Amino acid sequence: MPIAAVHIPGVHVPAMHIPDGFINAPVSAIAGAIAIAGIAVCIWGARRQLDEKTAPLAGLVAVFVFAMQMLNFPVAAGTSGHLLGGALAAILVGPYAGALAVSVVILVQGLLFADGGLSALGLNIINMALLTAVVGWAVFRLVIRLAGTSRPAVIAGSFAAGFVAVPVASLMFVLEYALGGTGTISVSTVLVAMTGVHVLIGIGEGLITALTVGAVYLTRPDLVYGVHDRRARTLEIRTATTAGA
Amino acid sequence: MPTTHHHGHDVGERLYVHVHTPVHALPAEVKTVAMVAFVFAVIATPNNQFWAFGAYAAILVALAAISRIPARTIVPRMLVEVPFVLFAILMPVLGPAPKVEVLGLSLSSAGLLAGWGILIKGTLGVVCSILLAATTPARDLLLGLERLRVPQLIVQIAGFMLRYVHVVGDEMHRMSLARQARGFQATGVRSWPVLAQSGGTLFIRSYERGERVHLAMLSRGYTGRMPELSSHVTTGRDWATGLMLPAVAAAIAICAWLASR
Repeated sequence: MPIAAVHIPGVHVPAMHIPDGFINAPVSAIAGAIAIAGIAVCIWGARRQLDEKTAPLAGLVAVFVFAMQMLNFPVAAGTSGHLLGGALAAILVGPYAGALAVSVVILVQGLLFADGGLSALGLNIINMALLTAVVGWAVFRLVIRLAGTSRPAVIAGSFAAGFVAVPVASLMFVLEYALGGTGTISVSTVLVAMTGVHVLIGIGEGLITALTVGAVYLTRPDLVYGVHDRRARTLEIRTATTAGA
Repeated sequence: MPTTHHHGHDVGERLYVHVHTPVHALPAEVKTVAMVAFVFAVIATPNNQFWAFGAYAAILVALAAISRIPARTIVPRMLVEVPFVLFAILMPVLGPAPKVEVLGLSLSSAGLLAGWGILIKGTLGVVCSILLAATTPARDLLLGLERLRVPQLIVQIAGFMLRYVHVVGDEMHRMSLARQARGFQATGVRSWPVLAQSGGTLFIRSYERGERVHLAMLSRGYTGRMPELSSHVTTGRDWATGLMLPAVAAAIAICAWLASR
């Protein structure tokens, strides 16, 4: 289960990561190798985008995502959901730095908090960091390209990004389950149940993503990287315009 | 005599149990590799070899005893596995025929075995992570990752995360207090815009903090690499000690494979 953003009342369950023993050893190991390759690409991309600024900025974004996952959004009858944040991070700081930040969150959760199995680190990073960031980014950029950069368009794009990214991540989980699942529930049942649940979770993810990006866009539109998509600019000396003086 | 006292306030300190044992003394990278390899041996073990899982559990109990990590530390942290326990319980109910009768319920025998496998492997894995975090300070864990050639950038991002998690967490807590002081109560979906507004503000503050931290680091001579502060050398003996764990586990896994043939 990549993600079931559901809270049992009284018990804080940050996010449901794949535990050990859910996917067999060979598929887990291959996923680990793919995740390493994906992270290598993200490091290359983030360095190009942010240079030596990468570590502090991606670090603080990782803290932000981690903190956002603690923020409970009440749904009904004592249940509440929380953000996963892959699409949000990608929209705000770009796909590379965003994926890197969420990957580190998952790494730390696995190593320190026992959240997600040690053998399933690769699987969880692929599903919840790399894939959600890439898909969220692609969807957001598509909407921006079609609808422009007005605030409603940015909000709509953010909703679409969160809404699409979560079910796609759950489809990846179903693929992993089909390849190396140790359960006896048939792949088709898992497919139906997972996609069904994650379309609902995706609506929540989309709403929170849209509201959060909308709030940032209102006060600091320059911080929404997905709208500008520009490399770090070097300082330039401009001639002062003194017209009217 | 101890030179590795950590009484800081980063997130790992709340998980770390400070005692002096041979397990605590092992270098972090050795423990990390040993635990990951151990977990892979566990998940590669056929579900029907019950004795093997008993042996793994005994090893972990012994390890907890040697590291003097009490059960009252381990058990509450195991709550993270509650959601997949529910999933494991579904396996026998939804599994395929043939069905067996257990306590008046008709359960799938293959599903029972698979559910048991998920439950026991997941539980052993969770205990592994808990033991790792309880015997290794977070910053040592990061240093260990660096010695394992994990890219510096990843280690640095994780370092920033651990260093600032309480700063940002406290920021979030202050915002929540401020919301409550204004009479706000999160009741349902209608309160989401307010919460998301806080989230947006939290992002701006985190990002700006990141920029300030970066400038402060630049002014102290940062060029993209962190200086190596510890001169620790991991010996072959450390590796030999640590890798006994996965070696025993691998032997058990191989025996279990042969026995299940």
